[in-house]
Amino acid sequence: MRDASPATTYALHIGVIALLFALNFVLPDYHQGLFARIMALAVFAMGYNLLFGYVGLLSLGHAMFFSAGLYGAGLTVYHLGWGVPEAFIAGIACGALLALVIGLLALRTSGVAFMIVTMMFAQVFYLLILYFAAWTGGDQGLVIQQASRVVSIGAASFDLTDPTVRYMSALALFAVVLLITLAIVRSRFGRVLVAIRENEERTKMLGYDTVANKLVAVVASGAICAASGAAYALLFGYVGSSFASIQYSILPLLWVLLGGAATTLGPLIGTLFMYYVTDITSGFTSAYLLIVGVALILLVLFFPKGVLGSIRERWLGWLP
Amino acid sequence: MKPLLTTKGLSRNFGGLRAVDGVDFALMPGEIRAIIGPNGAGKTTFVSLLSGRIRPSSGMIVFDGADITAMPAYKRVRLGVAYTFQITSVFANLTAFDNVALPVQRTLTDGRSKGQVRSGVMAALERTGLADRAGTLAAHLSYGHQRLLEVAMGLALKPRLLILDEPTQGLADGEIDNFITLVREIAKDATVLLIEHNMPVVMQLANRITVFNSGKILAEGTPGEIRAHTQVQDAYLGATHG
Repeated sequence: MRDASPATTYALHIGVIALLFALNFVLPDYHQGLFARIMALAVFAMGYNLLFGYVGLLSLGHAMFFSAGLYGAGLTVYHLGWGVPEAFIAGIACGALLALVIGLLALRTSGVAFMIVTMMFAQVFYLLILYFAAWTGGDQGLVIQQASRVVSIGAASFDLTDPTVRYMSALALFAVVLLITLAIVRSRFGRVLVAIRENEERTKMLGYDTVANKLVAVVASGAICAASGAAYALLFGYVGSSFASIQYSILPLLWVLLGGAATTLGPLIGTLFMYYVTDITSGFTSAYLLIVGVALILLVLFFPKGVLGSIRERWLGWLP
Repeated sequence: MKPLLTTKGLSRNFGGLRAVDGVDFALMPGEIRAIIGPNGAGKTTFVSLLSGRIRPSSGMIVFDGADITAMPAYKRVRLGVAYTFQITSVFANLTAFDNVALPVQRTLTDGRSKGQVRSGVMAALERTGLADRAGTLAAHLSYGHQRLLEVAMGLALKPRLLILDEPTQGLADGEIDNFITLVREIAKDATVLLIEHNMPVVMQLANRITVFNSGKILAEGTPGEIRAHTQVQDAYLGATHG
């Protein structure tokens, strides 16, 4: 953060939120739906980025936090008939609690061991979902009916299956999490997290309990990813074990790397980019993964720090 | 007057090697103490034990009347034991400002200082002459300035005991003069313990000198006494000044 004027930084972020708001009225139906999905998943990427980008902890198990939110919200609606707000909070609580337990265990390790430990816990979580198929629907998953996805506030009621309501709900979550992330990375706590990433030994010798700080970061990251999962379940009405698979632990890493690790807006850009490259190329050829792969290689070659990371390095040093 | 820091029978083994071997040591408040000795004498291991970076194999460390032998390093820092590294280890990818902001906000959180992060940072940078480089990435500072930044970070911790491990290593002559002035100033409100190979610096700065050899204290005294000590001359001064 070099010469960052707070006004410029906040203006940029509010501007991005305003742009996304305006897009709702311009985008064709198909793209409106895609954008809602991208914004919900960008929250997942932002949660991942908090831990990977800022603290430097590479987890290969974040699918478990996303799916803790997904199932925490989905199962309470499906089995207990909870309302949308309660289910959403239940989802976040599940993710935060899981992150606390996993953090206490996994933070005894670092580096490659941390990657393996988080991946193993995520696999356990995935297998548990399959094992308890009677409640979770196993690999078939569960569909949450439209009737359960209506929020009533006073006299007004919002149907989350309505495209505009869905878009605005995803945007609201995205905006809140974006501003929370921005506030965290600009805070004293954020400075300590970056210091841990840069040199943990040195940070200890400045009087910081680095393990405690990392644990708080894991819980915050887990809670944000769970919020994304809970929103996904409620907005798109499907809860399935594929979201707990290893693929969903790798995807946020990819989105963050593409957009720029340790940049607040990078996760959105990375998620957006990946979705659209896949979407556009799959329209032309069944070998679209090949093109996606080539695009990724080019990006890594020319933007090794991700889109925003490289822009910050070359031109805009003040980007948070 | 009671000592600020004492050690009793402090030892640390690395395998069969006794890097620090039964050291009894006392440091009075307000003094500037130099630790000298040949390479491998156990100087860095000894101060690492004091700062908590490594655990002793046996023995005891008392700081300001409290037993801190088992206390983790970060808690000792909060008590006022600051350590600056032998190998420069500033945060290269952070600005000089952010490097110093980390210790400043620590003391604010602990209630050991008051005010804003910004004013605390600028005060420490001004004392070390780095104020005009606050926005520069530490990696882009010259080596001498990185060493000064390291000292600024130590200062910003508001230490009661500042441990400097070879602070003048790699500094130019002009920079060393400034450094001596700086340490004298720091010593007005902190006790300073420095490991130093540059004998003119040691002789100018130290009130007392402790000489290490093979993990043990070989001699201790004023600069004049140490200069006259024959065993020290054999073990150390003779070896380097031939």
